[in-house]
Amino acid sequence: MDIGVLLVYGILGLTVIVSAIGLIVSRNALYSALFLVVNFVAVGLLYLALGAPFIAFAQVTVYAGSIMVLFIFVIMLLGAENLPLTEPLRGQRALGILLVMIFLAEIVLYYLLRTTPLQAIPLTPQSLASPAEIGMILFNRYLLPFEVTAFILLGATVGAIVLSKHEGPTRPKPGIQKPETPVEG
Amino acid sequence: MPMSYYLILSAAMFAIGVLGVILRRNPLVVFMSLELMFNAANLLFVAFSAYHQILDGDLFVFFVMTTAAAEVAVGLALMVAIFRAKHTIDLDEMNMLKG
Repeated sequence: MDIGVLLVYGILGLTVIVSAIGLIVSRNALYSALFLVVNFVAVGLLYLALGAPFIAFAQVTVYAGSIMVLFIFVIMLLGAENLPLTEPLRGQRALGILLVMIFLAEIVLYYLLRTTPLQAIPLTPQSLASPAEIGMILFNRYLLPFEVTAFILLGATVGAIVLSKHEGPTRPKPGIQKPETPVEG
Repeated sequence: MPMSYYLILSAAMFAIGVLGVILRRNPLVVFMSLELMFNAANLLFVAFSAYHQILDGDLFVFFVMTTAAAEVAVGLALMVAIFRAKHTIDLDEMNMLKG
């Protein structure tokens, strides 16, 4: 394989792994969020390399854009950047790393014991994953899941509004609310 | 590029996400680790979609994305509500069923 191609894929893969590790080790949650943005963009580039441009752009706009804005907004709203790093349960960290190692070993074993050999990924023709083609399939074969997704989003929106509505003793009752005084100036 | 590149990358991402969920106690970082795991699954969906030259995997990624967005919205709203009640969001402090 061409050395330049290998270099590009190597750098992309390294970016993905390093930003993922940076996410879980950085102390400040804000840095974690920025590492996650780097990770999303790198994965988006991999989607682009896999011949799925529409998903790549959806990834960057939806994930790296709006979802991360939500994250950073809540981090700043709660002031939760720094929590103490002490370990309340003794040996929790070691046990966690051990469990993840077992999990990784299972995946590797599954990969080694598979029955069908894997070939290289064929080059995707440009017309296969074009937005027009995706739209055709989305609104024909996957119309029902699409509508169900709309209901999930509606439920999530209503749920988020209900949950974050402020209900405390300080809230004035609607009946005895003072009329707004006009602001001078 | 060989398929195993994407398999290894996705497995590593998923394992790091699991590690973050297990080890971190800041719920925001736990949520971000969940997103990382979603992303690992999405990467495999797209890779296998290209491998078999069919679009169904690509479309599944859209549904995963929208579900992840819904989950994040509700989760962050829950976090704001918990912060109002307890004035902390440390996961170890959330050990009571009654607020």
